[in-house]
Amino acid sequence: MRLLALIRKEFIQIIRDPRTLALTFAMPVIQLFLLGYAATNDVRNIALAVFDQDRSPASRELLDAYRAADYFRIDFDVDSEIEIRQLIDSGAARAGMVIPPDYSEQIAAGHTARVAFVIDGSDPTLAGTALSAATLIGQAQSTDIAVERLSRQGQLAAMDPAIEVRTQVWYNPDLVSAYYMIPALIGMILQFLTTILTSTAIVRERERGTIEQLIITPIRSWELMIGKLAPYVIVAFIDTIEILIAGILIFGVPINGSLPLLLLLSGLFLVSTLGIGLLISTISNTQQEAMLTSIFTMLPSIFLSGFFFPLAAMPQFLQWISYAIPLRYFLIVVRGIVLKGVGASALLPEIIALSVFAFIVMGVAAKRFHKRLD
Amino acid sequence: MLIEANNLHKSFGDVRAVDGVSLHVAACEAYGLVGPDGAGKTTTMRLLVGAFACDEGEVRIAGHDIRTRPEDARSNLGYLPQRFSLYSDLTVQENLNFFGEVRGVTSAELAQRGAELLGFVGLKGFEQRLSGQLSGGMKQKLGLACALIHQPRVLLLDEPTGGVDPVTRQDFWQLIIRLLADGVAVIVCTPYMDEAVRCNRVGFLSQGRLLTQGSPRELTARLEGRVLELVAEPRVRARQLSLDDPDVEDAQTFGNRLHLRVRAAAGPLERLPGTLAAAGVQVTRLKPIAPNLEDVFIALLEEAEAAHV
Repeated sequence: MRLLALIRKEFIQIIRDPRTLALTFAMPVIQLFLLGYAATNDVRNIALAVFDQDRSPASRELLDAYRAADYFRIDFDVDSEIEIRQLIDSGAARAGMVIPPDYSEQIAAGHTARVAFVIDGSDPTLAGTALSAATLIGQAQSTDIAVERLSRQGQLAAMDPAIEVRTQVWYNPDLVSAYYMIPALIGMILQFLTTILTSTAIVRERERGTIEQLIITPIRSWELMIGKLAPYVIVAFIDTIEILIAGILIFGVPINGSLPLLLLLSGLFLVSTLGIGLLISTISNTQQEAMLTSIFTMLPSIFLSGFFFPLAAMPQFLQWISYAIPLRYFLIVVRGIVLKGVGASALLPEIIALSVFAFIVMGVAAKRFHKRLD
Repeated sequence: MLIEANNLHKSFGDVRAVDGVSLHVAACEAYGLVGPDGAGKTTTMRLLVGAFACDEGEVRIAGHDIRTRPEDARSNLGYLPQRFSLYSDLTVQENLNFFGEVRGVTSAELAQRGAELLGFVGLKGFEQRLSGQLSGGMKQKLGLACALIHQPRVLLLDEPTGGVDPVTRQDFWQLIIRLLADGVAVIVCTPYMDEAVRCNRVGFLSQGRLLTQGSPRELTARLEGRVLELVAEPRVRARQLSLDDPDVEDAQTFGNRLHLRVRAAAGPLERLPGTLAAAGVQVTRLKPIAPNLEDVFIALLEEAEAAHV
């Protein structure tokens, strides 16, 4: 069996290169930690400085409401607005709240009490979260007070609020970034590994001259292609399972959908990325060239696939370009299956897009892949 | 004919690397392809094995067209490229097994033939060594073993003894001679004339063209009676004076001797002793000798250059 001999040879070579092998299996875990812990958008425990000029039961109630939601941590109880400014300037506090001296009087009189909230906007993500959290907590408190007032006046003891907006977050109710990033990491690792490893594995034969001996064997081009790709498909699947297990064990990512479907569609995505690797190998003369070209294709994939930044927020022309990036579709697939537990029917457009990519990229690569030197 | 190549052409851009080469090699025959660096020897070999597609012409190996029936042609073909082309991260045994398996040698045959071949090339006991850690000569021997694992009827060797010590070179030729006895057709590219002499036929390649081909005897016969050996001191002066003679075309130094190529021997034999003696050059010997391949080669190259200008 020529094909088996090729695959066996490739595996021996993979094992004889322990440094690359270690990298191959260590990279996903390292990336997982980086993305799971460092690249998080979750905002908790924003340091808050409070200047409470009222110091009444009503103002304490308001502060308790802020304490209860763990967005804020009241770190500083100050006596002037200047102190708040200093704390925010120095970075010790990220937000400040000023409760006016007549806060309880205004509420008791049935007027609107005005509380000032200052937010350090230098980190937009943090500021955005702080802003909406501060507003929401204030509104909730205001509703409570309104209900209390009405009931005290004896009108409609158990009156319902006029409008109640009940928000409910599906799929990732705690909005944990890790849940969003880890499935996507599978897509990124799959693409990164397969393009780099396959393109360099093929170019290495050319660089070291071994291709000359391979050429004159009766191995057919397609056998050489499959023999070169198959070992890295297996490596990629081991990595996929590694990421899933690490994601579940370390970050508690719930797998809501079908694992076989996820692996099957990962396989479909791999056809495209292996094809890209193969294409790169046909235009590179050295392993360095192949590696640089692979990294070059990675950058647009990461930024234009919705990996870090939502596509909807991008300029129109970048959104158009994103349609030409297979990772874009795979991220929808993998996030859909892992987070939402959706089935194949909900992912049909993405499956079709990935199939088209697989067909075109692999087709062009196979056509360009010759068992010749010229 | 086991190897048939007709009118091969191959250009890279404007450079005609191979320009109309035809050669035919039969079983039991060793064909030596010689020529200066850049003459197109390696390109010709790559055309013969189908590593390059030729622009024009056709190659048949054991009757199979390398282009239309590459698998059949290659199952009869063993090739040892100039550059080491085995896997340095695989052991001797693994390389041999791999190239056997991809050529469809069964495992039973492989075990027997592999051991035989390693003994044949003198690599017994090195089976578990990584091939990247072999010496230059041993690498070439392993390359030869891998090229022979499927018992090809055609063997192409591209400078097999480049960078190899004289003893190993000798071993190598003994191996080739035994293969010839088994009915294999061999083409050897070599820059060494002493190796070319061992071939049944020799082709001189220059700038992609085969200037001439024939047995070493036929080739040297063309210069029969036209090479004189001159031993004289001081040699540099002797060479200058010889070149001044109207019938001397060329003078090459071989150690302490000069080979003079002459239009006809009679004139210089008569004139030179007097001319040299008059200039104070002491002549130890001046006599016609049998030309060697190198003389022929140099004469051919000069002719070709003259024709080009």
